[in-house]
Amino acid sequence: MKMMWILAFKELRDGLRNRWIAAAIILLGAMALALSLLGSAPTGSVRVSELDITVISLASLSVYLIPLIALMLSFDALVGEFERGTMMLLLTYPVTRWQVIMGKYLGHVLILFIAIFFGYGGALIILTVIGGGNTDGWQAYAMMMISSLMLGAIFIALGYLVSVLVKERATAAGTAIGLWLVFVVLYDLVLFGALLLDESQMIGQQLFSILMLISPTDSYRILNLSLFEGVSQAAGIAGLASEAGLSGILLISVMTLWMIIPLTATLMIFQKREL
Amino acid sequence: MDKRPSGNVISLQSVNKCYGNETVVHDINFKVQPGECIVLVGHNGAGKTTLMKLMLGLTRPNSGVVEVLGGNPASSAAVQQRTALGYLPESVAFYEAMSGREVLAFYAQLKGVSNHECEKLLELVGLAKASTRRVRTYSKGMRQRLGLAQAMLGGPQLLFLDEPTTGLDPLLRQQFYELIDTLHKEGATSIISSHALNEVEARASRFVIMKSGNMVASGTLDELYQLAALPVRFELSVTEGEASYVAERLGSEVNISHVNNQIINLSCFKEEKMSLIRHITSLGEVVQDLQIMPPRLDEVYSHFMSGDLS
Repeated sequence: MKMMWILAFKELRDGLRNRWIAAAIILLGAMALALSLLGSAPTGSVRVSELDITVISLASLSVYLIPLIALMLSFDALVGEFERGTMMLLLTYPVTRWQVIMGKYLGHVLILFIAIFFGYGGALIILTVIGGGNTDGWQAYAMMMISSLMLGAIFIALGYLVSVLVKERATAAGTAIGLWLVFVVLYDLVLFGALLLDESQMIGQQLFSILMLISPTDSYRILNLSLFEGVSQAAGIAGLASEAGLSGILLISVMTLWMIIPLTATLMIFQKREL
Repeated sequence: MDKRPSGNVISLQSVNKCYGNETVVHDINFKVQPGECIVLVGHNGAGKTTLMKLMLGLTRPNSGVVEVLGGNPASSAAVQQRTALGYLPESVAFYEAMSGREVLAFYAQLKGVSNHECEKLLELVGLAKASTRRVRTYSKGMRQRLGLAQAMLGGPQLLFLDEPTTGLDPLLRQQFYELIDTLHKEGATSIISSHALNEVEARASRFVIMKSGNMVASGTLDELYQLAALPVRFELSVTEGEASYVAERLGSEVNISHVNNQIINLSCFKEEKMSLIRHITSLGEVVQDLQIMPPRLDEVYSHFMSGDLS
């Protein structure tokens, strides 16, 4: 455990030093503020809290942005060290290979945690102050922060898998962008396209639920838009998730699997790798 | 304190390593006793670095057995033993964004070495003043010195040094070898690969000569001379004008390579050496000086490099 923390703090310090963390905090904070301040107009007479509205717009944007930040943070993590030769030296020290992976992972998740905590959390405080101390809907907002971190952790794990598989940093960068496109844009596009073309209703409710569930980004979306009543009413999809049989626990389990599987695969490939 | 373990520190038995179709290391057998200083010599791509990586557990052999400090270095059980290990890779790379001190402190933490020792090592390799600068700004020599410092962390029992003195100035080279000597006195074992043959000649307890992945020869300098069967050279200074007379007297039994007015160069094989010396001394006052030059390591080296492998 000690070795893992040593490696994690090294990543964390790198993140602080190259202004990564600062940039991510500003980006996430500014986005949260902009969306909630500009997006508070539609609350009007419908008596939904401003935070609920913010959660909807923020979750919709986070689904694009958080995976991008996570992949940018992680694609270089292993291939970069192979290419520069620092991994070779590191592995002659008394650290196991899984400690190297887990230590780095811990460090990168911590970087993302800090960015989300200060970015979104800071925005929450500002919003509460502006809103005159009204904290209605903070639970949904907190859930959004936690699930955003999970979403990020998933894409860091996927980034590691890319990083351990490819031979060059440039390939890793390209593959990471491809991965982002597939998970964040193309998957949903294809899924909804298929639904539109599916006139004979081959894709039933059951299959559609499963197809939504196995995508980490859709799981994240459903989790944030449907778990809290205030949010789901405002989003106009009240009861949709429960109808489809997607409980919060199920969604969180799926997301956890999306973290564990790529990370385990990375570990197994790295164990076999020769330097 | 004597840190020597009993038995072999390193043992390689018919070790083969291929990358794809290419055999990089072929049927290597050798053992290293505690306290030895083994020097690996050979052309670029002879398999020296691969051999080190095998001993460090970074790669696994395709066949054969590698044992370091009594265990397989690539096994997970060997991880703890790496505390007793120091490695300086060829063209060492560091985390560029960190300062020299931070880099060393990071490695020291992994080895459980105190900050105090880091400072001492930085002082020793002459990086104390530059230690707050980022590694990105370091010259080749400074990187090499930082590499040495990290290899020395924790006073390792077993050192692997791949071309350790490239990029070091003469003074630092000397300091470096003194450092290695100190570690050796404490019982450390080292494996050094080097092209600077004249530097390592006096320090090595044994040489291993590699050629295209094969171990062509190994042994002490003396053993290698014998193996190579290289001639011993003599240089005689004689009374002016007597050179041809002396050459004539010696001519029947030795190979005279050069004659001028006053200097004669001779060469003979090791077995004939003593009888030749007796003959020379029997010539009397006409011989004013005699220098005997045994073959140098680089001659031994080029002998083995040019020889065909069966």
